Amino acid sequence: MVSVCFYFQVHQPLRLRKYGLFDIGKNTDYFDHGKNKEILDKVSKKCYLPANSLMKYLLDKYPEFKISYSFSGIFLEQIEKSHPEVLKSFQDLVDTGKVELLDETYYHSLAFLYSKKEFKDQVKMHTKQMKDLFGYKPKVFRNTELVYNNELANFIEGLGYKGIIAEGADHVLGWRSPNFIYKAKTTKNLALLLKNYKLSDDIAFRFSSRDWKEWPLTAEKFGHWVGAINGNGQTVNLFMDYETIGEHQWACTGIFDFLRKMPEEIMKHPDNDFKTPSELVKSYHPVAELDVHNTISWADVERDLSAWLGNNMQKIAIEKIYAMESQVKKIKDEKLTNDWRKLQTSDHFYYMCTKWFNDGDVHKYFNPYDKPHDAFVSYINAYNDLQLRIKEHTNAPVVMR
Amino acid sequence: MFGWEFPPYNSGGLGTACHGLTKGLVNHDVEVVFVLPHLPNPIDAHVRLIDASKVGGEIKSEKIDFRKIDSLLVPYMGSDQYSEEYSNLAKKYAHLKQAMPNYGNDLFEESLRFAEKAELIALSEKFDVIHAHDWMTYKAGIRAKKATGKPLVVHIHATEFDRTGGNNNQYIYDTEKEGFENADYICAVSQFTKDKVCHHYGINPDKVFVVHNAVEFNDNKFDGGEFKLKKYHKIVLFLGRITIQKGPDWFLYTAKKVYEKDPEVKFVFAGSGDMELRMIEKAAELGIAHNVIFPGFLRGKDIDRAYQMADLYVMPSISEPFGITPLESMRNGTPVLISKQSGVSEVIDNCIKVDFWDTDKMASQIVDVLHDIEFHRRLKETGQLEVMKFSWDEPAAKCIDVYKKAIAKQRCANG
Repeated sequence: MVSVCFYFQVHQPLRLRKYGLFDIGKNTDYFDHGKNKEILDKVSKKCYLPANSLMKYLLDKYPEFKISYSFSGIFLEQIEKSHPEVLKSFQDLVDTGKVELLDETYYHSLAFLYSKKEFKDQVKMHTKQMKDLFGYKPKVFRNTELVYNNELANFIEGLGYKGIIAEGADHVLGWRSPNFIYKAKTTKNLALLLKNYKLSDDIAFRFSSRDWKEWPLTAEKFGHWVGAINGNGQTVNLFMDYETIGEHQWACTGIFDFLRKMPEEIMKHPDNDFKTPSELVKSYHPVAELDVHNTISWADVERDLSAWLGNNMQKIAIEKIYAMESQVKKIKDEKLTNDWRKLQTSDHFYYMCTKWFNDGDVHKYFNPYDKPHDAFVSYINAYNDLQLRIKEHTNAPVVMR
Repeated sequence: MFGWEFPPYNSGGLGTACHGLTKGLVNHDVEVVFVLPHLPNPIDAHVRLIDASKVGGEIKSEKIDFRKIDSLLVPYMGSDQYSEEYSNLAKKYAHLKQAMPNYGNDLFEESLRFAEKAELIALSEKFDVIHAHDWMTYKAGIRAKKATGKPLVVHIHATEFDRTGGNNNQYIYDTEKEGFENADYICAVSQFTKDKVCHHYGINPDKVFVVHNAVEFNDNKFDGGEFKLKKYHKIVLFLGRITIQKGPDWFLYTAKKVYEKDPEVKFVFAGSGDMELRMIEKAAELGIAHNVIFPGFLRGKDIDRAYQMADLYVMPSISEPFGITPLESMRNGTPVLISKQSGVSEVIDNCIKVDFWDTDKMASQIVDVLHDIEFHRRLKETGQLEVMKFSWDEPAAKCIDVYKKAIAKQRCANG
């Protein structure tokens, strides 16, 4: 028996505008609303709306077909405001009863690494948002960028979740396969669902690559690969950005046709089916305990934190933002707290990444800035303004003149 | 007069100095024709500006679009940087499978082209003296002198030793030397620079006149209330090209030491240049980047705004032939700390002078002036008063004396 589990990550960051020296103290609006709206418009048209209608079609047509989503809170906040039709189409999908929603941090942040308290606050906000917008209570958790370690698993079990999602990183698995359920070390009974990065990336990254020897990837071929896991695994976890469909892989690559045919191809094998993460947790027993004491993620070949925390700019930026926590929380100003949290979104740090920047790879594709340094400079300037706002609140000038 | 750049199209102090000096000359009823390699747009000026790229005539490179050539030729670009730009461009054209337009192989060839145009212009203009600013115009000056027999004065705003911290390009050194030797007289922007010309290039000191720069005053007043940052933090400003000559790394090492004594001080690091990205990374590496604000290259009113925002201006140059920015800062009521390795330190007293490499001293002086209200007020007031004495009329008058000497010498020589 092989259960195919789809989980799509749906997120759009609030990109910063070019925030300069003379904005500090004058302008508390750090975000590039024009660009954010423009990107949301584009991705809605190319991905969200057509992909949702494809999913609706598949869910209606195949009783066995199921999928799951994890939405960042700030993504939903954005579409609620400017693209209600996109929100409605996601709600319609959830209403089919065949879509599972996962919990994550509302601000798509790396808070767990810096502040458990802040992390918990953001998870709670997300849980509330799931209830408010979808009438849904998630049972499985996925952390930003699939950042994961033993400590997180333990913490998440403490919050009442039954399962957690992580990367099926080779250096953690060794000879073991991602196609089974594991028990997270340091937990009583938290199920660990691992991404099959090979098959996931065949769709997410390699699908349209003509240099790839398997190109073109057909639904039939993919169905065979999945079928071949029978006898050698219980689940195939296909985890990817939802924007893969139509945005990273444009419609002209044939991605929509591929997905339209895929359920049928997978169901051709009588032992295959589709399951959502919490169904996997219920259906299969963990085969072993997995020990992940060093933090892993789903990014780059390293599968570690280096995409966000690899250089000194990234480190100082994130350390300084979390160093503000107690002051921000003491002030209890909603707008201030919200702005502070929006600066925690992992994408801000990703844009400051200098790994392979010269090679023009996947990092560059997602980076709205010409140089990582530009991203850093705007970020630090916004940080300085935030710091001033805190000082205005606490009203404690430190200089005499 | 042969120059590189003219405000508002300038990338540094050379353009500012040429603007001020020509203004002073005009005040003394000297008529100036200012020749530039390229003028992006027509501008209002107190002198007649000639864009060499628009001058046609019977020369070899007639068909070249000088505008394009000149996009590669910017004043502060070293030859390394030029080669890089050139090879990028070559790659681009190779990619397009097109023949590359007729760009010079290097920066030096470009200055030769400018010299060819200069000869044409010199032959068609009426004038008494040729005045050329810094090495890239020296060949133009020499060509014009040879073509017309008019005397040549070369002005040295910065030598190759200043710009490179000692890693000289031989060709540039040779060109500078050729200019000095072919000139009838030389104007150096400070004694500091005159010494360089005499000691490094073996020029007879009698031929070199010190003409200190001055400063032009704009009255841009900003409301102090506009700087909320200033309400809570002391602000230290760096403003200049972010390149080795200006000591940007020394500024950061000093900032780190100041930070250790007072973590609330903010540093504004204004400018752009080849070391900019490295300095951003360095600030992060030193753990002070949250207190260092990089506004990029500032222009016009924003320069005065930055001065007025700051509590102290620091110019830690490792070799500064003159350095007009401290005067601009004093004018804006902001005290200055300058390195002793600067020409401007010869002409101002109401400031703090430190060796650029002495970061301990620099840091303790910065902390003192930021925290000692009385000391700060005294520097501000005396500095503001002192700077009033500077006017471009004075260096202009000195240049006119040099012109007169040059003309007289020429007449003698011609019998």
